[in-house]
Amino acid sequence: MNAFFLAFAYLRYHWARSLVLVLVTALILSVPLISQVLLNGSQTALTERAAQTPLVLGRRGSQLDLAMNALYFSDDRAEPVTMADADVIWDSGLGLPIPLNTAFETNGARIIGTSLEYFDFRGLELAEGRQMALLGEALLGAKVADRLGLGPGDTVVSAPQNLFDLDGVYPLELNIVGILAPTGTADDEGVFVDVKTSWVIAGIGHGHDGVLDEAATPGEIVASASIVEFNRITQDNIDSFHFHGDPGDYPVSAILVAPNDARAATILRGRYLDAENPVQLIVPKEVIGELVGRIFRIKALLDAVTLIIGGAALAAVALAVFLTYRLRDGEIRTAFKIGARRGMILRLLAAETFIILCTAGAIAFGITFAVQSNGSTIVAWLLAT
Amino acid sequence: MITIKDLCFAYPGGDFQLEIPTLSLEAGEKVAVVGPSGTGKTTLLNLIAGITVPASGSVFMGDQLVSAMTDPERRALRASRIGFVFQDFALLDYLSARENILFPYRIAAGARIDAQARARAQELAASCGLAGKLDRHPNALSQGEQQRVALCRALIMQPQLVLADEATGNLDPANKTAILDLLFARTAEQGATLLAVTHDHELLPRFDRVIDFSAFRRTEGPAA
Repeated sequence: MNAFFLAFAYLRYHWARSLVLVLVTALILSVPLISQVLLNGSQTALTERAAQTPLVLGRRGSQLDLAMNALYFSDDRAEPVTMADADVIWDSGLGLPIPLNTAFETNGARIIGTSLEYFDFRGLELAEGRQMALLGEALLGAKVADRLGLGPGDTVVSAPQNLFDLDGVYPLELNIVGILAPTGTADDEGVFVDVKTSWVIAGIGHGHDGVLDEAATPGEIVASASIVEFNRITQDNIDSFHFHGDPGDYPVSAILVAPNDARAATILRGRYLDAENPVQLIVPKEVIGELVGRIFRIKALLDAVTLIIGGAALAAVALAVFLTYRLRDGEIRTAFKIGARRGMILRLLAAETFIILCTAGAIAFGITFAVQSNGSTIVAWLLAT
Repeated sequence: MITIKDLCFAYPGGDFQLEIPTLSLEAGEKVAVVGPSGTGKTTLLNLIAGITVPASGSVFMGDQLVSAMTDPERRALRASRIGFVFQDFALLDYLSARENILFPYRIAAGARIDAQARARAQELAASCGLAGKLDRHPNALSQGEQQRVALCRALIMQPQLVLADEATGNLDPANKTAILDLLFARTAEQGATLLAVTHDHELLPRFDRVIDFSAFRRTEGPAA
């Protein structure tokens, strides 16, 4: 007890030095723990969601970018495919196509234009409000709703892609009608709208007041030069919303495909094997499996680097502790002269080291626990960016 | 109290050699050790305290042969029967004056800080003019006050022998006198023997005896 009393008194009096030693040691201990926690979380999140997504259709290119965009709504978007590609799947009768249009954002959250089948496909349930039914309506993922403090009856405005995009993406005010129950997946971070609403944001569909100039002379048809486009879809103006062009050409970022069975999945995969085909059909489980394999190969390297850096940092801490003991040589000599037992001096030094290590360990454990508690959020954020 | 016979000590590899054929200190005696630097004054204190051991000869404390004790036995002897006062005070900066005074209790085998020990620390501090300053750390005390704390620490275990190594060397004249007064008064009160190394010849008349190391590295004689 005397050793601990003296050690604690010393550490408390020299609090700045003690704090630095404790924090450095805590960081050395927590970095490998945190990386392990996040890697395990990432592996679980990646493989689980990939396993629940049999096939993804998208523009030929990076399979990983396509998988990450379709599964985690990441920023890595390839050129879009079209609704005609979804129709091909539908017409084959081999599976259900679920479009995903992830081109837009609002308040830092991804807007996901999709169909109602998506919610059944992912097993998403409503925590509040109702399912979206009309153009311009949105459902918020649990974490987005929590972060923005919004609920049914509120609105969010889509972010313009470019301030100078005069003929394209105008901000559209979306009516929030429901909040999804938390799932611990990327869906918690999304704002879901009908795919047609995403096309309105894209400027493919729009609503405006009357084109005809009512002040024109009776009998004459004069178009008004001051057409007002609606930036919010309401009961009053919803009928004025319409789309231009061929629906088959409307873009989607990716198409989730739920095949009827394994045989249908095999047939579908066979149809997109041709390298000349601008569209590819990937199996996310395989793509993500390869990624996880790479991550763990990198992790082995990271572990080695962490070990070396950690060892070097611990050596630096040990040197600092050793130099402190040298600085305390006078104190130790005094203690020796007035009769301190050899074991007492050793216990005093050991008690200090023990207190530093225990405090650092507790902090490292606390940080790791905090990271683990918010692991799904951190992993979802890491995967989406 | 202390008896030295045929003592010979040399530092390994050094040309310094201390030889003391005979030296004795009576219980309660106050003895000064004088002499130029490097003549072995501090070495003498270390030999008596068992911090170093002689190459030959014997050092007795009472009927105990210190020079033949094991290291743990010598440490225990110092902790229980010898008080040290150093020139640089050697206080622990991270402990309050009270905890510095009680420090020997924390390092000695079998010693325990109880209410009696705390009361004794309080009483010693009060008698040395430190009442009200016991919660201060050394850096909040003057040099004179720091040496008073060191003095209290040397006396807290009620030692039979107090060894003072230039205890007044870093003090101004006023504090020098005050500390010496306290040292004499407290050791007399406890019936302890005092052996003090000093360079201050003005203080010598206050001692019972002076051992002069200047001539032959070993000189013994009565005070003037």
